[in-house]
Parts: sequence; C-alpha cells; structure tokens
Amino acid sequence: MRLTYTIPLAVFLFILGLGGYMLTQPKDDTIPSAMISKPLPDFDLEPAMDGVEGASRADFVGGEPKLLNIWASWCLPCIAEAPQLEALKERGVTIIGVAIRDKPEDVAAFLERWGNPYTRIGGDEISSIQFELGSSGVPETYVIDAQGSIQYQHIGDIREEHVPLLLEKLEAAR
Amino acid sequence: MKHWIVLFALSALFPATFVAIAQDDLPPAPYAYTQLDDPVQEARALELMETLRCLTCQSQSIADSDAPMAGDMRHQVRSRIAAGEEPEAIRTWLIDRYGDYVSYSPEVSSTTWPLFVIPAVLLLLVGVVLFGRLGRRRKEGDEA
Repeated sequence: MRLTYTIPLAVFLFILGLGGYMLTQPKDDTIPSAMISKPLPDFDLEPAMDGVEGASRADFVGGEPKLLNIWASWCLPCIAEAPQLEALKERGVTIIGVAIRDKPEDVAAFLERWGNPYTRIGGDEISSIQFELGSSGVPETYVIDAQGSIQYQHIGDIREEHVPLLLEKLEAAR
Repeated sequence: MKHWIVLFALSALFPATFVAIAQDDLPPAPYAYTQLDDPVQEARALELMETLRCLTCQSQSIADSDAPMAGDMRHQVRSRIAAGEEPEAIRTWLIDRYGDYVSYSPEVSSTTWPLFVIPAVLLLLVGVVLFGRLGRRRKEGDEA
C-alpha cells in the first residue's frame, strides 16, 4: 500500500481525536464584552421606581471610579450577589444600578427585601443598555473610571471571593 | 414569602422549568413580535435577524428565539432599520460590542482566514492532481 493512501485515514483520525478532546473540555458560555477600555456609550435612563434617580453616562464622569451593576428583580443570582454589593457599598464604592425589563413595584419589593446598595437606579424596559455595553445577561457588573471609560466586566453574580478583585480593579481604575 | 419557597422548591425539582420561571413578566418590546409596515424594510430586517446570534440561547438566531433578550434585539434591529440604518451598519454596531461571536455571517479576519483559504487550496490541489493523472492517462492512451 502506498503511503499516500494512509493520508485520508490520518486526517480522519485527527478529526476524531480533536472531537474526542473537545468533548473533555468544559463548555464556556460566557460572552466577554468587546467594549473593555472603550468609552461608556451614551445613555440616559428614567428612574426604575419612585424615590430614586435615574442613571445616565454623565453620572459616571468625574470623582472616583464607580460600579455599574446590571440586574433585575426577576433574576435569582441577583439575590445571591446582594450581600456582596452591600459589602462594596460599605467599603465606600459608588454603585449605580440598571434594572432590566423590570416593573417599579417589583424593583421596590426587591430592594425592600434584599437591601439597596445603589446611589441611582435606571430602568431599562427593552435591555437597550445591554446592547450598548456588550452585555448578554443579568447580573453583570462593570468598573467605570472617572473619565467614563469601561475598565472591567464581571459576568454573573458577585461572590464573596470576587469582592477583593473588584476593589482591586476599582483601585487600578483611579 | 410563600411564593419564594414554592419557587425554590420548583427550582430544585425542575431546573429547566425554573429557567422559564426566572424571566421578567414585562410585555415584549414594541418591535419584538411586530413586523415593520414597509415590507421592503421588514425583509431587510428579517434577513439580518436570521444571521444574528441570540445571546442567551446561543445556538439560535434572534429570528428563531423567544428569549426576552432576543425580542429586545429584534426591536433594536427593526427600529434601526425603520430609522434608515443599513443592515450591515447594525451588524457592525453589534460586532463592536460583542465581537464576531454575535454574527452568523463570518468575515475574513486574522482568526477566520483559514476558513476561506483552506477550501480554495484543497480545490487547487484536487485540480492539480486530476490534471496530472488525466494528462498521464491520455498520453498513455495515445501511445497504445
């Protein structure tokens, strides 16, 4: 048998091996934003409920680096991250929230129950800010520096071990 | 209170059902399920929506998906088309934010060029081999 005849077999075995190897690799569903180190896009959102102020790009410019937290009252991981947001607030971090596809009464009930770490909360009924930020789910948290530039994206709920990391990123964004 | 207990119990028993429950109950965005009045614009919007990836249900296009976020994305596409934006400009706007991942229409880039080059190289190779063999056979035929 000529050696060239084994080439198709070799290609087939390579593809088979590649497929087998990829099956052993964990699946990564997260979609990182392509907006890191780019300026925060312009947005201006109405308050998510009575008694709070809305959120806009201008709220991030000047002063200290801030956190932009994308959340929703219907999102269960958002309950899990509530204590961590509270801890960040106690460390003096300014957190501006945006409630996605939410109702004012639901926002109020959530904050009543799980605490309100936000200085401002915008309401976004059509997820428009998510498309502007390259965000693909709730919750997500962004570190925005004083020039209004996006420095870091945290995908998913903030767990206890993420708090020091976020504080570090905020410090680095100064 | 009771509501939450039931929800958590359900989530433990039926994880898949739970995902469906953990969605908002706002009505869909205006253009999520409503076509544009102008059939030409709607056709352009649909063509684009079929080649944009749903971000929460990643194997579907936004035209195929009933996820709230896909609905909101269709609203973005339709309202931008209605405002006179070009479909490819909307695609670029999304790629700027999510990377190539959001588009089902691959473009030549530093990572995707083999997709375009390999088939061309293979075709060329087949052509060369065929030409060589057929040429040799013809020659042999002439001699015989």
